[in-house]
Amino acid sequence: MSVTPDTVSTEYPGYFRRLSPIDWLWAAGVVLATIFILVVYGSSMDIYQSGTLVVTAASGLWLGWFWKPFQGYALAVTAMSLLGIFSYGGDLANAQTHFLLKYLVSGEAAVMWMCALLYMSTSAYLASLFRRESGRSVLLALGIGGATGAAGLLGLWLGRSGLMPGLEWVSPLVLLVAVGALLGPIARTDFAARVGSVLAWCAAAFGLAGLLVRWRETYLHDPTWGYVPVSNLWEVFVLFCVVTVLMYLYYQRRTRNLDMGGFVMMVVSAAVAFLLWYTLEREAHVVQPLVPALQSWWLKVHVPTNFVGYGGFAIAAMLGVAYLMRVRGERRRPDGLLARRLPSREVLDDVMYKAIAIGFAFFTIATVLGAMWAAEAWGAYWSWDPKETWALIVWLNYAAWLHLRFTKGWRGVPMAWWAILGLFITTFAFVGVNMFLGGLHSYGSL
Amino acid sequence: MSSTPSDPPPGRRSTFAVLMGFLGSMGLAITLLVALAVASIVGTVLQQNQPYTTYLLDYGPFWHELFRTLGLYHVYSAAWYLLILVFLVISTSVCVYRSTPAMIRDMNQFRLGVKEKSLRSFQHNVQRNLHTEAPAPLMARAEAVFRARGYRVRQADHGDHQVLSAMRGSAGRLGYFFTHVAIVVICVGGLIDGRLPLMLAEFTGQLEIETRQVPVSEIPEQSRVSPANPSFRGSVEIPEGQRADVAFITIRNGYVVQELPFYIEVKAFRVERHATGQERAFETDLVIHDDMLDEPLAHTISVNHPLTYRGYTLYQASFRDGGSRLGLSMYPLGRGADRPLPLPARIFGTYSQTAEDGSRLRVEFTDFSDTNLTLIEEHGVRQSIDMGPSFEYVIRDSSGAGRFYRNFQQPFERDGRMYLLSGVREDPADPFSFLYIPLDPQGGVDRFMTFLAKLSDPDVLRAVVDETTRTAAGQFEGVDEQLRTQVADTMLGLLETFAVGGYDEVIAQVQVQSPEGQWDRMADIFLRVLNAGLDAIYLRVLAQEGIEVVSEADDHFLDDALRAINALPFYGSPFFLHLNDFDHIQASGLMITKAPGQGIVYAGSVMLILGIFLLLYVSHRRCWVWIRPGATGTDLVLAGTSNRNMSDFNQEFDDIAQAILGDSRPLPADQDTSRV
Repeated sequence: MSVTPDTVSTEYPGYFRRLSPIDWLWAAGVVLATIFILVVYGSSMDIYQSGTLVVTAASGLWLGWFWKPFQGYALAVTAMSLLGIFSYGGDLANAQTHFLLKYLVSGEAAVMWMCALLYMSTSAYLASLFRRESGRSVLLALGIGGATGAAGLLGLWLGRSGLMPGLEWVSPLVLLVAVGALLGPIARTDFAARVGSVLAWCAAAFGLAGLLVRWRETYLHDPTWGYVPVSNLWEVFVLFCVVTVLMYLYYQRRTRNLDMGGFVMMVVSAAVAFLLWYTLEREAHVVQPLVPALQSWWLKVHVPTNFVGYGGFAIAAMLGVAYLMRVRGERRRPDGLLARRLPSREVLDDVMYKAIAIGFAFFTIATVLGAMWAAEAWGAYWSWDPKETWALIVWLNYAAWLHLRFTKGWRGVPMAWWAILGLFITTFAFVGVNMFLGGLHSYGSL
Repeated sequence: MSSTPSDPPPGRRSTFAVLMGFLGSMGLAITLLVALAVASIVGTVLQQNQPYTTYLLDYGPFWHELFRTLGLYHVYSAAWYLLILVFLVISTSVCVYRSTPAMIRDMNQFRLGVKEKSLRSFQHNVQRNLHTEAPAPLMARAEAVFRARGYRVRQADHGDHQVLSAMRGSAGRLGYFFTHVAIVVICVGGLIDGRLPLMLAEFTGQLEIETRQVPVSEIPEQSRVSPANPSFRGSVEIPEGQRADVAFITIRNGYVVQELPFYIEVKAFRVERHATGQERAFETDLVIHDDMLDEPLAHTISVNHPLTYRGYTLYQASFRDGGSRLGLSMYPLGRGADRPLPLPARIFGTYSQTAEDGSRLRVEFTDFSDTNLTLIEEHGVRQSIDMGPSFEYVIRDSSGAGRFYRNFQQPFERDGRMYLLSGVREDPADPFSFLYIPLDPQGGVDRFMTFLAKLSDPDVLRAVVDETTRTAAGQFEGVDEQLRTQVADTMLGLLETFAVGGYDEVIAQVQVQSPEGQWDRMADIFLRVLNAGLDAIYLRVLAQEGIEVVSEADDHFLDDALRAINALPFYGSPFFLHLNDFDHIQASGLMITKAPGQGIVYAGSVMLILGIFLLLYVSHRRCWVWIRPGATGTDLVLAGTSNRNMSDFNQEFDDIAQAILGDSRPLPADQDTSRV
């Protein structure tokens, strides 16, 4: 084929010229909203708060340009949060009487919606993996569905009857698989996964809006209490769900692959199971004032940054599971469901790396921020507190993972196993330390 | 931690080169990373920096000795742990030293001498034979395409063929340099702020660790560190109204005294509370007295808001009682209970008392708190209430064994009746058992104490018993004096027994004095006699108060009082201490640090973050256009590579190929073509 130089353009538009009118509209909206807030509320904000607002707005603006669906998401969250805040109208008692608050947009209600939507989304994604293809695939799906369904119901019964207390909170996770496997064969296409991704978007919107409304609620309880709701274990689990789902949705769009959802949403569902237990059994959702140690500007940046790290590591581990299943499927039965339904090794490996990379980068920032906070609150930027030490262990673990990938070119099965192991280490650093080791971070205890 | 060290040519290598090769090797780096992680775990599982006696109790002498020798109680300052860190720093430094030249070369070398064959083997390559186009415009276009995308471009004419080399994102290579240098910088900064100078001073014998609990003035010079010490982390507790110019640095099972070049005076310490009672803020008003200051510097610090002065940073770390003064009334729990003795006491003070049997008791006042939040569940609603001020003390007998007490000042309401609570326990780890002393209508303990005093006074008892039995005898004909005296003696004995040992002792006496078959009947009779006597004493108490008609509340009071007296043997104290008033003096626990390495560590951290983002997100991409004018047209190879994120580079390379050649590279067969 020959080239006709006339048709070839060497022009390559710059970043800003590649933006669409909608992108500019988005930018205008963010800028106007920021200016509006500064003008109306600026007088009651100190320099840190104004600075935080401007930096947040700039990051949000960029994020909307970098990842277009974020624009719609941000609008939805804003609308829901404002609805919640205005429904309160300055009186906390409205949460019990106002219909919208009670059932939709109060912090508690929105988070419960998030939980429900995440469970549904998980089942939908799983259903897509069991989509109909042949009679054999239907039988297989029904078989798996029946087995997991029976196991889940047995677990529910054992937990409820008091024979194995606590099991009733775990067995819904097995039932999610059952629902997915039983409903999956209805469709031949990946329709269910598309539904799953819509549900995941909605869940993420409810979760974040719930946190934002809760932010307002902390002030309604008592103006001296007010705090950003990333301060106790209940709130950070909501944050974990939101961040992990959003990160996953980003990778889903980027890789144009819907089949990772079932795996990633499984770990999110595990967090939901914990959250439900924590809410219904322990009433941990009740707003309490912050202890003095947590009343710091650093909290607001340290915690969310950390959760980008945790989210990335969790996604990587679940893709590690998918990778191992795919490899096993290819070896055992190259034409089987595992080998053909799961994403390709290349995609899994690539996203696993990317999730760990972003997780590692943000985890590093979070640890440095934590050190700076510790220097201000505890008198030393590093005091070998169990939480700090475990953060170091997590960091060293992923540093070693990245080293082996970069310099030795390690790929595949060992790295997948390592990513899974990494999640156990991370989970211990996240909740295990608070449960078993105590130390200065013990306010996150169960 | 080396990325791709250029190995020297094979052959004999010098010892130095072998050593450098080992120190900079990836294997060692990974080993050290893992070793550091595992060693760090040890320190989180085994609780660090506890008193040695605690360890001894927990692990027994054998393991204690072993753990102590291995430094497991202070892992992070143990020699072997520091050795791992030092090796990590050396390994990283060697790696940086060996790899940096190659890295800089790589950033700037365009590799124009690249061979056609190697380009054809690239994963991303397009090969063409272009019939029509001349080399010059093709190269010009390629250069324009690359430049428009931010590539740097070089060209070379090798006579028979021409090469264009383009690259972008070479800054990504700096990521390697930044991250690894940052690790070294952070470790060095940390080492500066670490305990190295103190450890050296201790090692050379210049510093001795003090393990005694003695006043600062008695601590010898060998255990003091001068203000010249560049970095330390110590703490000091200063009671309100007092000052200090030292901080204590804990080392293993002892401490050394860090002298400060100024005085810190604590004016006041406050716990601010929310309306619900939970703590909102801990604040200390302090004043720095320094000869360098024209006038003392007053400042308020709180958690998260320290004060930095002359490179020293003062943090609000803790608080405890600073020797509060208590105005107490001591009620003997027995004879003379109605005549309390005033006892002015002080927290951390010790007072001596003589028990009834003549033995000496030591009373040690240990703590006072003006607020006691307690979580109470009432009708399914959990809420915290403030129990008011309380103080704690220990009563030790001559053998040193102690019972631990905690008394509240304010009454506690239960079922509509008011009590004064005093908790007791035999072990500080146990929960308190409470003595409920009923309060009289005036809200005091007077009625209870008067009752107890009368019950414990033989003269009163004799009078009560006589009067009661006489009244009873008068109601029945034919009761002779002998029977009356017999009943009176029984009643007296029972009252005395009850006063000392409660109902348990009374029942025990029944069992001793009567055959087993009659226990129930005898107990019934005895208790009736006893209660008649107790009622009579109580009526006397009420009469003394001027009460003629006994109300239901007065009845309840008697029940409660008897219950309390019944519990006195378990209470175990010969007296009750009632808090009348107090002067709350608190001590503020300050942490004082000097960390000159902090700036270095922060700089290293910023470098680390910058490096990680460069390393992970700026890929070093290279492309080459190789052309040779041939007989049938121009032969062309377009090839490219990226050191990171190959999947993203796919798209970029296709786009470049499209722009230069007017078509795109066919997708490789293994490319994932999923939906969405």
